[in-house]
Amino acid sequence: MSTLWARIEPLLARVQKPARYIGCEDGAITPRHDKLDGGEAVAWLLAYPDTYEIGLPNQGLQILYEILNERDDALAERTYAPWADLDHEMRAADVPLFSVDTHRAAADFDILAFNLSSELVLTNVLNMIDLAGAPIRSSDRTDDDLVVVVGGHAAFNPEPMADFIDAAVLGEGEQVVSEITEVFSAWKAAGRTDRESFLRQLSRVPGVYVPAMYDVSYDGRQISGVAPRYADVPPTVDKRTIADLGEWPYPKNPLVPLTEVVHDRLSVEVFRGCTRGCRFCQAGMITRPVRERPADQVRTMIREGLRSTGYDEVSLTSLSTADFSDIEPVVRGVIEDAKEIPGSCNTMTINLPSLRLDAFTVGLAGEINNGRRSGLTFAPEGGSWRLRKVINKLITEEDLYGAVDSAFSQGWTRMKLYFMTGLPTETDEDTLGIAELAKNCVAIGKKHTSRASVTVSLGGFVPKPHTPFQWFGQNTDAELQRKINLVRQATRRMGGVNVKWHNPAATTAEGIVARGDRRIGRVIERVWREGGLFQEWGEHFSLDRWNAAMEVEGLSSDWYVFRHREQNEILPWAHLTAGLHNDFLWGDWLDALAEAGVEDCRWTPCYDCGVCTGYGLEHVVASPIAPAGGSQGTGQDLGRGGEVPVKLAPTKLEPVGATR
Amino acid sequence: MKLRVRATKIGKVRFTSHRDAARMWERALRRAGLPVAVTEGFTPRSKISFGLALPTGAESIAEYVDIELQRGVAAADVDLETLPERLSEALPNGFDVLVADQREPGIESLQEAVTSCTWELWSPLLAAEDHLDACRLLESTELVLDRERKGKRSADDVRPMILDMRPNPTGDRLIADLVTIGRALRPGELAELAYPNIDARDVRALRTHQWLDHDGKRREVLHLPADVEARTLAVLA
Repeated sequence: MSTLWARIEPLLARVQKPARYIGCEDGAITPRHDKLDGGEAVAWLLAYPDTYEIGLPNQGLQILYEILNERDDALAERTYAPWADLDHEMRAADVPLFSVDTHRAAADFDILAFNLSSELVLTNVLNMIDLAGAPIRSSDRTDDDLVVVVGGHAAFNPEPMADFIDAAVLGEGEQVVSEITEVFSAWKAAGRTDRESFLRQLSRVPGVYVPAMYDVSYDGRQISGVAPRYADVPPTVDKRTIADLGEWPYPKNPLVPLTEVVHDRLSVEVFRGCTRGCRFCQAGMITRPVRERPADQVRTMIREGLRSTGYDEVSLTSLSTADFSDIEPVVRGVIEDAKEIPGSCNTMTINLPSLRLDAFTVGLAGEINNGRRSGLTFAPEGGSWRLRKVINKLITEEDLYGAVDSAFSQGWTRMKLYFMTGLPTETDEDTLGIAELAKNCVAIGKKHTSRASVTVSLGGFVPKPHTPFQWFGQNTDAELQRKINLVRQATRRMGGVNVKWHNPAATTAEGIVARGDRRIGRVIERVWREGGLFQEWGEHFSLDRWNAAMEVEGLSSDWYVFRHREQNEILPWAHLTAGLHNDFLWGDWLDALAEAGVEDCRWTPCYDCGVCTGYGLEHVVASPIAPAGGSQGTGQDLGRGGEVPVKLAPTKLEPVGATR
Repeated sequence: MKLRVRATKIGKVRFTSHRDAARMWERALRRAGLPVAVTEGFTPRSKISFGLALPTGAESIAEYVDIELQRGVAAADVDLETLPERLSEALPNGFDVLVADQREPGIESLQEAVTSCTWELWSPLLAAEDHLDACRLLESTELVLDRERKGKRSADDVRPMILDMRPNPTGDRLIADLVTIGRALRPGELAELAYPNIDARDVRALRTHQWLDHDGKRREVLHLPADVEARTLAVLA
C-alpha cells in the first residue's frame, strides 16, 4: 500500500478547485496504516457520491469515520466524487479512485461504503465503483475485490442498486459498522475465500440487507414475491436505531475543510427522529422515534467544537430544531460560553435550521443572530389549510402570518416560503393559494419595511418509500410545470413576490429511482454509460437520457412513476422495514385522503405506528412539556409565544414512552 | 496594536486558493485565542489583511499577514517570541509562521509597499539547459503575452515586469525577480514564455521573497533569522 500523491499532484494543476482533493482538514485522522499493512485490520473507504463541497459536511460520514478509526481492528479514510474534469484526467492517466486522507488507491481498501442521501447520485456511485477498479456488478466481483456497501436515507429502497451493491445498511450506522467489521475481520482471518458465504454471513447482521441473498419473482410487471435464498437469511430486514443519542457524542473532532463547503460551520446534532408526522417526509418516517441529546452534552459539544475548530458559527441540527425541548436554555448557555472565547463574543452566530412557523421561534432566531438578518425560510409546504391537513403539516394561516409579522418586525426584510407541488388531492385552488399566501406575507412586510420581499420556492413532490404517500402516483413533469406556471402567472403583478422552482424534469428522474425495483438498475447503468454524471447538478442533468434508457429497457415511467399503487401490491421494498406497520401507513394514507390530521406523539398518546413497540425503543425527550411556542396538534395558542407552557389534559400528562 | 507575520504555504495545501487561506487564518487566530480586532456592523470580520495573492498551486516561504489586535492589547500581552509556534500549531500543516513582528504605526499596507517578488520555477520535465535558455528572455526588448484577466483578452508587453532571471546554484531551477506594481506578471505566465515546449501547468512555482523599496535598495518585508531560514529550507528539501 502506498500513496498515489505523486501521480495525482500533476492532475490537480489541471482541474478546477483542486483543494477538493487534498484532504489536510483539521480533524482529519491519519490512519495507522500499520494496522492494515500487517493484514489484520479492516479498511473502510467512506465515500460520498457527490462533490467534496456537498459531502464534506455530511455528519453521518464524519461520525462513522471517527467510530471506525477508534477501533483497533478497523481504519477509515474518505473519498468524494471527482468532478468531471478530474474524472477525465484520472481516466487518461490511469489513476484510480483515491482517498483524500493519504491518497491511497481504493483497491487498497476492503470496503467501499457509500452514503446515499438522494436518488440522483446513483450514477455517481456506479462511476466511483468503476473508477475504483472494481466490477460494477456485484456478481462479477471476486474474493479480492472491494465489498460495496450503501447506507443513508436513500438506501431504504436499495432495490434499484441491487445488482451493483453487496449490501445495504438500513438505519443508523453507529453500531452496525462495528458488526460488519467483525464479520469481515473473521472472513479475512479465514483467508478471504468464498465471497458467497461471507455475504450470507453478512446478511445475518441485523440491519444489513444483502440483495444477492434474495430472489425476486414477477408476475408480468408486478412483483409476486421476494424470498430469501437460504433458511438462515432473514425474510425481513429491520432498520437499526441507537437508543440513546447521549451515548454517541460524535463527531468529537469535527472536520474543518480548507476550502469552502456548503455548510461551513460547526454542526451539532441536537436530536434524531421527528414525530410531527408530515406524510410526505421520508426522513420523519424512517428516523423515529425522537431521541434528544442531553442539553448539557449539546452545550459541551458546542463549546469544545468552537474551541477546537475555530469556527464562529454553529448550527444546531435536527429535522425540526425548534422542537428540541430545552432549546431556550441551551441557546442562552451557548451564548454565555462564547463570551469566554477571545474574539468570539462579537462574532459568534447560532443557526437554527428548519424553523418552526411561530412567533416564539422567530423571536429566538432574532435574539441569537447578533443582529444579522440574512433571510428566513419557512416551509408551509401546501397552499391551503385543506391541503396542509392532507399532508399533516398543520400550520394555520394565522400561524404563518404571525411568524412572518414577527420576523419583519424584528428587522428581516427577505423571507423564503417553501412549497411542494404535485401533492395528493391537490387542486388548482390549492396551488393558487400559494400565490395568495405570498401576497399576504408581503402586505404584512410592507407595514414594517418598504423593502419587504417574499421568495416562493416550489419543489415537485416525489412520493417516497416507507411513507403514507408511497402508494400515490406522482404528477408528471408536464403537470408540475403547469402548476408552476399557474403560480408564476398569479404572482406576475404582485410586487415583492419572486417565484423559484425546481426543474420538474429532475423530479421525474428522481421518481423513477425512488420507488424503483431491481429492473431500474439497468436504467441507472445505461444513464451512467451514456455519460449521465452529477444528475442533481442542473448543468449535467438531462431527462432525455433517463427517458431513452427507460425506453431501451422496455420500462414505463407511467407505470413506475405516475401510477397509483393498490393496497395489495407487493412494493419493491416490502421486505425492508423502518419499523412502521404497513397497516399504520395505509391507515394514514386513508386519513390523508379524508383530510384528517394526526398529532405529534411526543406529547400525546401513542397511535402505534409500530416503531417504539416493535423495537423496544422510547422517545427520549428532556421534558414532558412541549417547548414553549407550541407544537402542532396540541391546540396551543401559538400567538402567546413563550409565555405559557403547553397544557396537556390530565389523561395526557405522561406522554407514552417519554423519559427524562 | 498591529502585528505582521511571515508564513509558508507549502505541500498539499498549495492547492488551496488565496480566499481559502484567508478563512483558514481567521479560524486559526480564533483557535490560538489571539484577541484580534473585528470590524463594526452586522457581519463583523476579523481585522486581518493579506499581501499579494499567491496563485492557487504555487508555494511560498514569504507570505505576509497583518493582524490588528483589539484596542488595549499591548506588546507585552503577546509574546512575539513564542507567537510563531503558537500560530503554526493552530494552522493546517504546510502553513508555518516563521517570524512575527510588531507593525510600526503608519506603515504602508502590504499591497502598497511590496514592489517585487522573487520566484523559483522548476519541473521534472525541465533540465538545466532549459533554464539557461529561459534566461535569454532578458535579451528581448519586448515580450508580448496574450492573456486574459477578468474575462478580457489583451496583448501586453511584459518585458518591463521581469527584473532578472538566473539559474539557481544547482542549475535545476530558475530564479526570477518580477515586478508587482501595476498589472503583474504571474509565475505561470512567465512559465509560458520561458518554456514554450511544455505545458506551463507542469511548472511548479515557489515564492521566496517579497521586496520593499527602501531608499532605492530592496529589502525583504520581514527578514528571516539564520536558524529559521535554515529550518525552512530543510523542510523544502
